[in-house]
Amino acid sequence: MSLSELAKSVHAIKFGLLSPEDIRKMSVVNIKAADTYDEDGVPIETGLMDRKLGTIEPGQRCQTCGNRVGQCPGHFGHIELARPVVHPGFAKLIYLMLRATCWNCGRLLLSEEDYRKYSLRMVKYKKKWPQFRFKLSDQIVKKAIKINECPYCHEGQFKIKFEKPTGYSEERKEGPKRIYSNEIRSRLERITDADAALIGLDPSLARPEWMLLTVLPVPPSTVRPSITLESGVRSEDDLTHKLVDIIRINERLSENIDAGAPQLIIEDLWELLQYHVTTYFDNETSGIPPARHRSGRPLRTIAQRLKGKEGRFRSNLSGKRVDFSARTVISPDPIISMNEVGVPVEIAKQLTIPERINRYNLEEMKAVIANGPDDHPGANYIIRPDGRRIDLRFPKDRKVIADAVDVGYIVERHLKDGDVVLFNRQPSLHRMSIMAHKVRVLPYKTFRLNLCVCPPYNADFDGDEMNLHVPQSEEARAEALVLMLVQEQILSPRYGGPIMGGIQDYISGAYMLTRKSTKLSRADASQLLTSAGYRGELPPPASTSPEYWTGKQLASLFFPKGFNYTLKSNICQKCDVCKQEDCENDAYVVIKDGKLVAGVIDKKSIGAQQPESVLHRLVKDYGTGMGSYYIDNAFKLFLAFIDSRGLTIGLDDEELPESGRLKVKADIQHAEEEVAKNINAYHEGLLERLPGRTLEETLETQIMQILENAREESGKTAKKYLREDNTALLMANTGARGSLMNLAHMVACVGQQAVRGERISRGYQNRTLPHFKPGDLGAEAHGFVYSSYKDKLNPIEFFFHAMGGREGLVDTAVRTSQSGYMQRRLINALQDIRVEYDWTVRATDGSIIQYIYGDDGIDPAKSDHGAAVNIDKIIERVSVGGK
Amino acid sequence: MTKRQTAHAEADDAGADVAAAGAKTEKPAKTVVASKRRVKEAASASASAKPNAPKNASPSRAKKPKAAGATGGEAPVPLEPTPDLGLAQGRASKARQPDMPLVDEVLARHDRRLPEMLVSQLKAKLAPLKEKLNEEQMVTVVEETYSSYIKALIEPGEAAGTVAAQSVGEPGTQMTLRTFHYAGVRELNVTLGLPRLIEIVDARRLPSTPTMTIYLDDEHKRDLTKAKDIASNIETVTVENVAKSIGYEMLNNFTIEVDAEMCEDKLIDINYIAKSIEKLKIPGKVSVEGNTITVEPETTDRAKIKRIRERIMDLRLKGLKGIKRVVIEKKGDEYLLRTDGSNLAQVIENVKGIDRRKVYTNNISEIAEVLGIEAARSAIIREAFEVLDQQGLDVDVRHVILIADLMTSTGKIRQIGRHGVSGEKSSVLARAAFEVTVKHLLDAASHGEEDRLEGVTENVIVGQPIPLGTGIVELFMRFSKEGT
Repeated sequence: MSLSELAKSVHAIKFGLLSPEDIRKMSVVNIKAADTYDEDGVPIETGLMDRKLGTIEPGQRCQTCGNRVGQCPGHFGHIELARPVVHPGFAKLIYLMLRATCWNCGRLLLSEEDYRKYSLRMVKYKKKWPQFRFKLSDQIVKKAIKINECPYCHEGQFKIKFEKPTGYSEERKEGPKRIYSNEIRSRLERITDADAALIGLDPSLARPEWMLLTVLPVPPSTVRPSITLESGVRSEDDLTHKLVDIIRINERLSENIDAGAPQLIIEDLWELLQYHVTTYFDNETSGIPPARHRSGRPLRTIAQRLKGKEGRFRSNLSGKRVDFSARTVISPDPIISMNEVGVPVEIAKQLTIPERINRYNLEEMKAVIANGPDDHPGANYIIRPDGRRIDLRFPKDRKVIADAVDVGYIVERHLKDGDVVLFNRQPSLHRMSIMAHKVRVLPYKTFRLNLCVCPPYNADFDGDEMNLHVPQSEEARAEALVLMLVQEQILSPRYGGPIMGGIQDYISGAYMLTRKSTKLSRADASQLLTSAGYRGELPPPASTSPEYWTGKQLASLFFPKGFNYTLKSNICQKCDVCKQEDCENDAYVVIKDGKLVAGVIDKKSIGAQQPESVLHRLVKDYGTGMGSYYIDNAFKLFLAFIDSRGLTIGLDDEELPESGRLKVKADIQHAEEEVAKNINAYHEGLLERLPGRTLEETLETQIMQILENAREESGKTAKKYLREDNTALLMANTGARGSLMNLAHMVACVGQQAVRGERISRGYQNRTLPHFKPGDLGAEAHGFVYSSYKDKLNPIEFFFHAMGGREGLVDTAVRTSQSGYMQRRLINALQDIRVEYDWTVRATDGSIIQYIYGDDGIDPAKSDHGAAVNIDKIIERVSVGGK
Repeated sequence: MTKRQTAHAEADDAGADVAAAGAKTEKPAKTVVASKRRVKEAASASASAKPNAPKNASPSRAKKPKAAGATGGEAPVPLEPTPDLGLAQGRASKARQPDMPLVDEVLARHDRRLPEMLVSQLKAKLAPLKEKLNEEQMVTVVEETYSSYIKALIEPGEAAGTVAAQSVGEPGTQMTLRTFHYAGVRELNVTLGLPRLIEIVDARRLPSTPTMTIYLDDEHKRDLTKAKDIASNIETVTVENVAKSIGYEMLNNFTIEVDAEMCEDKLIDINYIAKSIEKLKIPGKVSVEGNTITVEPETTDRAKIKRIRERIMDLRLKGLKGIKRVVIEKKGDEYLLRTDGSNLAQVIENVKGIDRRKVYTNNISEIAEVLGIEAARSAIIREAFEVLDQQGLDVDVRHVILIADLMTSTGKIRQIGRHGVSGEKSSVLARAAFEVTVKHLLDAASHGEEDRLEGVTENVIVGQPIPLGTGIVELFMRFSKEGT
């Protein structure tokens, strides 16, 4: 099916009320029996499961349309109600209409002058500002309600009271008098079409009296299928139960009316009928008890079916179930391209792509058909040009079929390498959560993905599952390939920088490879480059005796010629005066003409979510193809290197020399003394109050400050005393994983535990734990953890630590739901906004939101980290080119 | 010009750009320099790009979409640019913009226009290179800048709204929930992070922690005592604040014992307190004796006396309504005031000795009321961007700008959600699919509404392609079945 065939078949949807005639006209059967099936399990005629209402049993034909289960859409029936009943959804509107119109002549209670004025205004509004006409209607109704005497028939108006949910009464001189539904109906009938239009109704689609039901439509049985349990017991849908109730009461009511029963009994039954109809529409109506199932569970009636997250709208209409999809656990594969996804053979055999046979693929398709559904590059179905499907599971000799097919047949063949599929991980928070990948059929049962696409999906491999969808049309595949392919998404529209890039070992590896001390023999260099997919010449060695290549040389081979860039790397110590190329840490990265001249490659150069990095420049200046080339090849070099050297941390990486340990201890002790001093000052009343704080708060902030400094100090000490070759330190410095603070926690001191941003202060009266004296303000008593993780935490410290940790967990849980709702609201409010051909930004009704997008018309995704044009870059290019 | 007139003019001026100017010098404690720069650029771009926007947009101005704003109210032309340094920078850079007629010339040659921000950047960057580059090279630079600009333009059909919503929403998951943070001074807490962002898009009338930043004029800003004077005039002092104790004396009267020290601190005289109480016009007598004030109401009803007592306790003796506390902060060599609580109208109008153009409050609806919707738009952008920035989240301003523009496009601040933007959508199905499903359907039925299926949700519901991106195209080619 092509797009042009699909183009807009539904142009608009009109909403309105069904008139009793409409209901009767569309009904195929008048439902009279309150039963569903007889003892033999045959649907009772004129019962709620009448065969005319549609079929739900497979194999049977519908008595109305003659279709089988999947095809028959179901047909409405109807119930003739003995007396009119208020539609509960319109109870409030009915109340307003009763008050705004004359009970005697049915005219809208407006003076002729007002009437003319408002009529004119309404006509004008309808033409010019259709959405304001409801506000005008509200105004009109409000005005009409205030009038006490009909300007037309001069009858005095009574005050009308509304008893929720569906009762109305009039306050007459002789006392309150109930207005029954038939009375309401006849009053509303008297409202003229023109008056109804002023009230805000569209009388051609919704006459006021139609809000009182005289005929109740019965939804088709396909909407409320009964289910047969294993035991053979039939279980009916909630709606069916409710309809049974309505028919029963309706029957009794009409019997009693016919028999001339006393008014009181009739009114009671009438009331009961009203209750059942009300709960049939909405079982959560306030003011009445919900109708319950035998088990005590409230029934799920029409309103409940539509409402909320699991309702029809959000769950079935805005979100739909699809075919051609798969879901399984993901695992990493550093060898496949970032544009690829590893698909298990088993899944590849289930998911198919319809491919039309032409003279170019005829032979291939024949082979595929011969393979059948069980061998991998096979096919599951063939569709003949006349539209017949042939299932390839059953024929014994598929060779015969393969020979019979010709140009014009469609083959539903298995996924094969290179097919375009969509890959997704929930929660789908941004557009990079669904990207197009090329299939790579692989053994085993997990989806495989390149590690560089983990950041946009926010995926890890601790059991995450992901979804895969196979586009079925040529248009869909083309769009996926051009717009959604992973490499097209490297630059995030959020900030105009790369969201994909190196993580963890890629960064460690790049650093280890490019640091000055790396010297590689011919064998090593060849090995590394080969595994990175480099097929060119080995560059001349950096030194001939002894012969070696530097890591920088190898890393340079993947930059394009003429590529220039400089930046400060992650290991930069941020000295006051930058020594640039002469930096002793080799933190100043210089790339000249595609050669890494100085500096080490680390997170700042190739990291994910690092704007203005080497990777960013490559993608920006040389295109997304360059980006994927670099990530697929150079990154393999970094991994190959870290593979050859190994990177690990162990207990000895958390070991501090004796001197260091003493220093940490001394620092903390010093802080403790400081704290004690402050506490003493507080007790002696010598503490100076900070403006706007109480004395206690002052003390608390000061103690927090001192202890925070102590922890920081211990971290610094730890860093100073740790050995140069400490791998944990390496990872923290290069930005591969962890921070100095994490390291300090392990090595030196965990520090203050906080709950709600304050020291831990809850538990017992005036103390946190029974281990302390009441009123103890010291560090230990309020959650300061002296130990490091490596040393061990004592039970008290452990307890405080758990308190702090718990808060973190609760925080995350609360945050996800809050931000999820905010995101839903943002998306809902903004989703229809688009850029028009004249560069204005508009909502669907044509109203202008911005005259030019973002005040300068620049697409953030195409910008250079927010800037429209990188002028420096252009100047540099031009000036170099000129010389 | 008399002094009074000057003050008046100043006030008017203040009305125009307090929000923007207030931002000018204030710089939040932790600011990522890079992103700040981008706000600035976008801001000045807005000032300049706007006038020639239609020209810029000309490359394929094939068709004008449906009559603009035939419904839904005209979107106001943003006269003032986005907040922050933009404005100041714009003026300043114009003043010292190097003379580079070449740039204008090259652009004019093909009737090309660039945002003014880019032009001035170009000039500034090319001027020092006059010796290094020959004219031909200069021309190339300008031309390449232009072509890069065209390449970076957004494409028609782009789902700008969805991208903005995702770009602001996605980092929300990474934000901290710990709400409070110090705004410059340790003494004041200000809501930040996710709760503040939610507050902004909710368009709450009162933020949970309203606060103002008040800059002083040249005469007062270097003098601590003068600053203190102003602060004490703004800060609310109630009877309760200066009272040591309030007790019942007999059945029908009570005494207020005044804390003399507090009075001195707040510069309040005891007789003034008594007079203020008298002004409440409670039937009865008020007398002063030493440090105590005795109030004798006429009634003997205990409940009534209790109410009177509460009224007196909350009686504002001094300061502006709503401003609970004022803290003086030293920034560089000048003093400025930060307040707990906000009252923009009063501060601008009645407080002397302040720099009216730099007054700022974080209460957006107040800004809308006092200074108008454009100022509110700027404030939304500034506040929302600052929240994201403070959390170290890198989000392009353009996304925030779009959200602010949507919220303010009708001339009133609309909430992002059921009571605002989403609730006012023209499509029944879109509204029903968001929240309060049943009510929207019932209303639609009685009103006889029609859903034109112009939005995203509606088309998803009926199973049609959505009118965004490649779906914006409405012209199709018909393939004949016979020929290929």
